[in-house]
Amino acid sequence: MDMFKKNPSLPVFIAVLVIFTLAVTFLSEAYGAGAISTSFVKTLGKTLCLALVAIAMDLVWGYTGILSLGHFAFFGLGGYMIGMWLMYARTKIIVLESLANAPLPPTASEISDAIGTQIFGVVGSSEFPLVWYFAHSFWAQIALVVLVPGLLALVFGWLAFRSRVTGVYLSILTQAMTLALSLYLFQNDSGLRGNNGLSGLQNLPGVDGISQDYISIWFFWASAFALLLTYLIAAFIVSGKFGSVIRGIRDDEARVRFLGYSVEGFKLFVFTLTAVIAAIGGALYYPQAGIINPAEIAPIASIYLAVWVAIGGRGRIYGAVIGAAFVSLVSTWFTGGQAPDVNLGFYTIKWVDWWLVLLGLSFVLVTLFAPKGIGGLFDLISGRLSPNRHGVPLGPDKGSLREEEAEK
Amino acid sequence: MIGRLFSACLMLLTCALPVQAQERTIQDVLQEHRVEIETSSRKTIAPAIDAIASSGLPAAQTVLEKWQNKDMWQRKADGLFFYATPADGGTYTLFDFDSGETVGVFEKGDLDQLKPNSGIRAMIGAALVQFQLNDPDPVRRREALLAIQRDGEASHLAPLRAAIETETDPEIKQLKEVTERLLTISFDKDDAARVEAIESFRGSITLDARAALNPLLSTSLAYAPPEDANIAEHVHSRFDGRHMPEGVTRSEAVALLQKHGVLGAIPDEQSIHDALVAHMVNDQVGGIQRQDLGSPDARYKAYDALVAEGLVPARISEYDVSETLAYSPLALVYDERSKAVTDAAKVTLSSISRAVAFNQFLDLSLDGLSLASIYFLAAIGLAITFGVMGVINMAHGEFIMMGAYTGYVVQQIVPDYTVSILLAIPLAFAVTFAAGVAMERLIIRWLYNRPLETLLATFGVSIALQQIAKNIFGTQARPLTSPGWLDGALTFNDVVSISYIRIAIFVLALIFLGVFLFIMKKTRLGLETRAVTQNPRMAASMGINPDKVNMLTFGLGSGIAGVAGVAIGLYAKVTSELGQDYIVQSFMTVVVGGVGNIWGTLLGAGLIGFLQKGIEWFNPSNTLAAQTYMIIFIIIFIQFRPKGIIALKGRAAGD
Amino acid sequence: MDVTIQLKATLASALFASTALASSAFAADCPIKVGVLHSLSGTMAISETTLKDTMLMLVDAQNEKGGVLGCELEAVVVDPASDWPLFAEKARELLTVHDVDVIFGNWTSVSRKSVLPVIEELNGLLFYPVQYEGEESSKNVFYTGAAPNQQAIPATDYFLDELGVEKFALLGTDYVYPRTTNNILESYLKSKGIAEEDIFVNYTPFGHSDWSKIVADVVALGADGKKVGVISTINGDANIGFYKELAAAGISADDIPVVAFSVGEEELSGLDTTNLVGHLAAWNYFMSADTPENAAFIEQWHAFIGDEARVTNDPMEAHYIGFNMWVNAVTEAETTDVDAVREHMWGQEFPNLTGGTAVMGVNHHLSKPVLIGEIQEDGQFDIISETDPVPGDAWTDYLPESAVLKSDWKDLGCGMYNTETETCVQIKSNY
Repeated sequence: MDMFKKNPSLPVFIAVLVIFTLAVTFLSEAYGAGAISTSFVKTLGKTLCLALVAIAMDLVWGYTGILSLGHFAFFGLGGYMIGMWLMYARTKIIVLESLANAPLPPTASEISDAIGTQIFGVVGSSEFPLVWYFAHSFWAQIALVVLVPGLLALVFGWLAFRSRVTGVYLSILTQAMTLALSLYLFQNDSGLRGNNGLSGLQNLPGVDGISQDYISIWFFWASAFALLLTYLIAAFIVSGKFGSVIRGIRDDEARVRFLGYSVEGFKLFVFTLTAVIAAIGGALYYPQAGIINPAEIAPIASIYLAVWVAIGGRGRIYGAVIGAAFVSLVSTWFTGGQAPDVNLGFYTIKWVDWWLVLLGLSFVLVTLFAPKGIGGLFDLISGRLSPNRHGVPLGPDKGSLREEEAEK
Repeated sequence: MIGRLFSACLMLLTCALPVQAQERTIQDVLQEHRVEIETSSRKTIAPAIDAIASSGLPAAQTVLEKWQNKDMWQRKADGLFFYATPADGGTYTLFDFDSGETVGVFEKGDLDQLKPNSGIRAMIGAALVQFQLNDPDPVRRREALLAIQRDGEASHLAPLRAAIETETDPEIKQLKEVTERLLTISFDKDDAARVEAIESFRGSITLDARAALNPLLSTSLAYAPPEDANIAEHVHSRFDGRHMPEGVTRSEAVALLQKHGVLGAIPDEQSIHDALVAHMVNDQVGGIQRQDLGSPDARYKAYDALVAEGLVPARISEYDVSETLAYSPLALVYDERSKAVTDAAKVTLSSISRAVAFNQFLDLSLDGLSLASIYFLAAIGLAITFGVMGVINMAHGEFIMMGAYTGYVVQQIVPDYTVSILLAIPLAFAVTFAAGVAMERLIIRWLYNRPLETLLATFGVSIALQQIAKNIFGTQARPLTSPGWLDGALTFNDVVSISYIRIAIFVLALIFLGVFLFIMKKTRLGLETRAVTQNPRMAASMGINPDKVNMLTFGLGSGIAGVAGVAIGLYAKVTSELGQDYIVQSFMTVVVGGVGNIWGTLLGAGLIGFLQKGIEWFNPSNTLAAQTYMIIFIIIFIQFRPKGIIALKGRAAGD
Repeated sequence: MDVTIQLKATLASALFASTALASSAFAADCPIKVGVLHSLSGTMAISETTLKDTMLMLVDAQNEKGGVLGCELEAVVVDPASDWPLFAEKARELLTVHDVDVIFGNWTSVSRKSVLPVIEELNGLLFYPVQYEGEESSKNVFYTGAAPNQQAIPATDYFLDELGVEKFALLGTDYVYPRTTNNILESYLKSKGIAEEDIFVNYTPFGHSDWSKIVADVVALGADGKKVGVISTINGDANIGFYKELAAAGISADDIPVVAFSVGEEELSGLDTTNLVGHLAAWNYFMSADTPENAAFIEQWHAFIGDEARVTNDPMEAHYIGFNMWVNAVTEAETTDVDAVREHMWGQEFPNLTGGTAVMGVNHHLSKPVLIGEIQEDGQFDIISETDPVPGDAWTDYLPESAVLKSDWKDLGCGMYNTETETCVQIKSNY
């Protein structure tokens, strides 16, 4: 297939992912040796979800040149949508059990009131807000995982691209969007429990008897499968004619427009599609994390997303995966207190304190000296060298790849 | 209120008693009320204060004053009360109240300090009024008047009136007159005098006047009020039973009717549920099985069956309740008996409320202006680096933070606040100027025309700087205290006021606007900057060194951010996250205003500041909502004016 | 491609090593591990780092006394970085990888709610040291901070009875603790005959700095002649701007008193308090408490941290009491087994730093006295009121849904027992 020809890394990636999944499964506490603790399985599962949303970011930034600083908003929305059902369904089981002993069989409104009190009692309310209208239905909420972020991206993208907001302005606008959304969700009145967010999501309704050892590995599989699918979709998109057009938009938008392509249409499609991918990632991520709250979609999260892609190497799909996995795992390692202190004699470097400094400086260094990111290492191995373009970027647009970044 | 009346009665009683004997000392009085004084609760203290105040002993005033200032101590050994001044080494010198002589020096452990809470202190203050109104010290006279305004009593009226004539200080005399009129409104027996006093406050917006007038118009709901009641309005004449007039809730009206036996008990869902459970026999109630009672209809049916048996009160429909309400003689009755007084109060208050609304608008505008100047100050550095040079500097917020910490460090070294602030401003500029130049040299100059990469690299710098600040200064908020002359507020009246520190920030913002304009329009650097921004190659060929110009311009923008940091630290807080709070807002200010134009930034800051205050005005209980809606507004605004309020045209627009 | 595989291989082997270490530690019972789950970075580090240090100090001191059950205590410190999902992850790591016997941690309610399902699933033991909104009683958590009836209600009573406040401004940061506390207070105030229109509620975001409008609104409340009081649940840094604005507006504590539930010695250290003298705070502990225990504790703290200027605060005392109670319970139970320790925790007594004795109730809340302090010029509090010990109430009596609930893990074995229907609503907690 064309897709494989254009992406020689594809079979390698599939093989690595399959081997990795099998390895984790056979080392897990649930299905194997128990060498990998359940908490680490969860970390790995979450990392796969982050890799997934990083692919979305790479599509929209690395391939289309739109530096969106708002994709974590879609990720979070996906989490909220699935979280609503998880909370509702689990609470309903508890409520029905407790009402079973009541002197009179409960009426529908009594059940709904009791669920409302349980869920919203924490934030001092007991009424179901309108946004929870579909929360009782699993399939409806699954549909909303895709629909709500998709629709938001569609409307926002349509407005922004239509008025030709580009470059840095678009970045700031997307950042404003995610800030507005997180501030809105921070309000208790938003009906999604304000700062507390939705919690206890790791307890799947109706499977009380099954330990988290198993549930974590199931989610790990689901995340791996979703990552695989996303990778295939992304590879398919970027390898065809569509891929050529969006790369053209990235490097020289005006020229593509003059060639008669509907630039806005392409951008809108990529923006919305990646929003949906991000949302699916979120819907898989938060049941593993156990809690979602508005802080998750604060602007800084989306900036980190861009940083992962930059460190992994933008404009190549595996780069995004590596960047996300590398930074988030290293981050876990440093903040976990496992990293040994460095004693300089006059000062002891505690990584808990200095890790962020290291991370920040590494962004600077990667941007300045290794624009290809970690992905660039593979070019060294495969002996592929950048075209010598005498330092000229691929196109005049702000989002275009620099000559050092471009693949052959 | 009851407490106040009670204490007033008591005071009258104790005054009426013949002053017993001269040999009674103030210590005796204190010992008589020892338990109350030790308990130190506002609920029980009144007799003790009254006894001291009305003892007629010369030391009474001293006792009350010392007590109020927490200078009264009790010796643990014998329970006697003294006033004390601290002596060396944690000991205290005790003085006798009656003689004023030294009793001796005691260890702190042998003594108990009496700490009246502010409620008791206010009561003591009210009791002190009679001594202080004619005190030779004007500060005490003022204090006495303040105590009356805070906690006035009917008994204050006579001494206050007597004290007006003898007053020599014109300012205090005026204060006394106003206070007298306020007391007249609340406590005088003569309605005509009260009406006169009320009318004298027409158009006045002082808080005290409103505080005296508003209680006159308090109402309560009454069923069939007597003929002579001072009726505010007849409720039944203007409502249909469903919508209640303002100030009356439906449940309140229903409860009143139930009290008068017009309405019976109204069974709600819960009481129906309870009744069904109570009358359940063999899992069956009202002919319906228990398991079938899972729907409202079934429950009503079962309940109605119980009603038919006469076991429970009948259900009453909402409609019936509304009808009953609509045809009942309900009225809102003023608690104040005199119609002349309430009428006068109504007229005066309506004139006051117009004046208040106008002044509140003024106050809000001042707040908006102040917020706008803070945003402007935070954004002006960015207007240079982003607006003029097109460099996205995500570390701008951290430069603000660095400025604030510089201010803190200077204050640690130079203890005088005025000097330290004057020193901190240029120093903050220098520090952030240097940081800006360093960053430009090391990072940004490699990334010109690559704004997205600049964004990421400077973001890296931002999180590194933030963490370094945490490592150096710790995570605690650090104090940055403004000099004494910036304390307090410029108060126009009881509604309109603005703190001096905000005025200072406003002035600082104006100064920097001037500095910016001067540099850009009148200096060589400004000329070169403009040239380099518009066409770097052409500028270079004219002999301008673009590298140097870029470096200096970036340093200038960063330096101004540092000064903004000192100002923001003064009015808010100094933490490592200080910059984060302003970065997104600052970018939006610049973008909304229009990039590359300082007037645009000014307009942008004005728009955002006033808008935020305006939204807060509509929704005062939720400040978060105001911020959300403001950002949404900005997003929509940018859709329609993507280049901001003032869009550059032609070649200057770059692109 | 080789590189990725290698990378993963290294990661996996690193993993093996760490888990292998962990399981060997499990085999022996010594040392007894104490998990410390406080944020050391991010926004909450400001408050939580102090508590981490307190725990390290307490563990050190206990080891000097010979440890517990003949074992050394070992503190395992992790950093959840003010990231709520990370709290759950780190709690799981503490319980399964490090096999800690007890966890001391959390500050915000949302982080506690994040940790709860993990602790309950793995039957861990958590000591939570911060005043909170109540409405919770988990089998696996001991709450050593104040419930609303141990802080908010007595402070409100003080306003009503002692200061004669008739009109209330409830100002809070917009998150769950202020929201729930204010709900309880609103309902409480109404039960005390305060009309709804005499209660003004406002919520501001975290770190809010522009207070002019809100302070003006509060002043305007006094227009109808009623005495106004402010009950502040404003959190953290935002207090600094709030108090600066109060001072600038010239509002003295005699005109409009402010009682704060989240302002302690630590927060005041970022402020010049000369203009705030007389405003109030309600806590179970003040550094100025004049007892020998407190003097010793402060001395120990200064020696440990090496800085005489550092203050002590209420959550530190909560950890002090909680840790010592746990040590005593473990000693009595002769094991660190969670179920056994829990049974010995009920009724466990330990002297407060402020005098008197704290008692752990069967609802997992402490019985402690409530102190009200006035801010002094030196940034300390002058204690002007102290109540008798108040038993913490997991479920408030002032909200209709909660009034019927009670918690009794000893006899009823239930943290959410409905006394009306006489059933246990649920064994696990609401998250």
